[in-house]
Amino acid sequence: MREKSKLIFLLILAGASIAGYMFVELGPNWDYALPRRAEKIAAIVLTGTVIAIATLLFQTVTNNRILTPSIIGLDSLYMLVQTTLVFFLGSTSLTVMNKQINFAISIGFMVVFALILYRLLFRREGQNIYFLLLLGLIFGTFFGSFTSFMQVLIDPNEFQIIQDRMFASFNNIQTEVLIMATILTGATLLYLTKFVKYLDVLSLGKETAINLGVDYDYTVKRLLVIIAILISVATALVGPITFLGLLVVNVAYEMFKTYKHSTLIVASALVSIVALAAGQLLVEHVFTFSTQLSVIINFIGGIYFIYLLLRESRT
Amino acid sequence: MVEVQAVSKSYGLKAVVDNVSVNIEKGKITSFIGPNGAGKSTLLSIISRLLSADTGEVLIDGQKVNETKNRDLAKKIAILKQSNHLSLRLSVRDLVSFGRFPYSQGKLTKEDQVYIDEAIRYMELEDMQDKYLDQLSGGQKQRAFIAMTIAQDTEYILLDEPLNNLDMKHSVQIMKVLRRLADELGKTILIVIHDINFASVYSDYIVALKDGKIEAQGTVNEIITSLTLKQIYGMDMPIKEINNQKICVYFS
Repeated sequence: MREKSKLIFLLILAGASIAGYMFVELGPNWDYALPRRAEKIAAIVLTGTVIAIATLLFQTVTNNRILTPSIIGLDSLYMLVQTTLVFFLGSTSLTVMNKQINFAISIGFMVVFALILYRLLFRREGQNIYFLLLLGLIFGTFFGSFTSFMQVLIDPNEFQIIQDRMFASFNNIQTEVLIMATILTGATLLYLTKFVKYLDVLSLGKETAINLGVDYDYTVKRLLVIIAILISVATALVGPITFLGLLVVNVAYEMFKTYKHSTLIVASALVSIVALAAGQLLVEHVFTFSTQLSVIINFIGGIYFIYLLLRESRT
Repeated sequence: MVEVQAVSKSYGLKAVVDNVSVNIEKGKITSFIGPNGAGKSTLLSIISRLLSADTGEVLIDGQKVNETKNRDLAKKIAILKQSNHLSLRLSVRDLVSFGRFPYSQGKLTKEDQVYIDEAIRYMELEDMQDKYLDQLSGGQKQRAFIAMTIAQDTEYILLDEPLNNLDMKHSVQIMKVLRRLADELGKTILIVIHDINFASVYSDYIVALKDGKIEAQGTVNEIITSLTLKQIYGMDMPIKEINNQKICVYFS
């Protein structure tokens, strides 16, 4: 039962990071600070959970542990949607327009895009899943180029507003959509429980999964939609931050050395919450906002990856 | 019985399997032989629903494969393909346990454990059942995968070149296990195999494919003749009888 004690350890660590974030240097005006901090930490927990789970699912579907969903262009599509809105409706649309509507539009586009990619993949049978990645990569680049094209054309002041959205930032969380995002995430994760038992089998590869009686096309299609929803929730809340997923999922794999997704899902979500909450604590109280959490994550993540590569090459 | 009825499959303009009809006897070992690119693996994949046929039908015990629920099929027919590289950290026992998935859906019962133990014993993997797959040699890994297929406890077992990467000792061991599965448990076994001597010694029926078509089919004695083999492979092979077994001497 070492697995269980590791999970409990992670749970305590996550709880401690959250409590730390809530109560460190609270000051005398706690009745003002506490609700604001609570809102922010809720967004952090939500983002951490969805990024970790989406990346884990994506890696299982593609049987590849160094991929993140950003490779199929989901977050560049998000930027394209935001830029297009500003391009046609002006920057006021982002500030004036109902945030929930913006959120719904973004998610709608990302899910439809995932479905289209999926159609292209399974229209002919026997297509390799890497074909999906290649297509996604091309689409992602296309969205990116198109986004910069529009950004060049618009008013520099409006560009400034979009730029704010281009980088993941936990200092500027879209808390207005928090409730909607929570409900959506809850519903999606509930739907995911139907597929958890298939995930272990899917990680054995397509042919083995079919052999063992998994409806491969049906399952993968639904998982892709789940991934799209989860990624769009995270992106809409804080911006593109998929590197975090790569990091925490691999940490979870290293810590637990298991293939069981029932454990991995919980573990990677907890690792993710710890990383984000503790990281944000550092940003606010040690670096006093002089840097951004995404910078720290990329820095630590990069070092961890070099370590992984070095260790792999030695064995 | 497996009935393949006028099945065709093409990639682009090339017909890989061309209007093939064949019936496979229950409780026997049927070997598919033929030159590279003859369509053996594709045919096996179509029978096991990994690929769908462009035209034609596959019936298993009278039921159409493409109209049967996937989970029900997984209790009837098991397929093992040639390439099985996994990056997962999985012990041999974990892998074999996956064979029970069609029954248990991931929650192993006591009965499942019995099947798993038996499959491990059949493949003589007892002393390495707790080893991780990445610590095993190619041959041991192959045996672990076959054990998973046995744990699946299906009436039909399809193996695509199961002797790849194996030395003679383990090749013989696997063929003997297959023989036992057919003789003792009445399993129907379909294998794609390259070494015609293994096909000759261990199988009951042989189906020979060439350019996507059936070139010959019948019992071992009917197929393993110099004349038929010349038709299939385009080379002369004298056949010697040693201990009542037909051995092809193809080293010319």
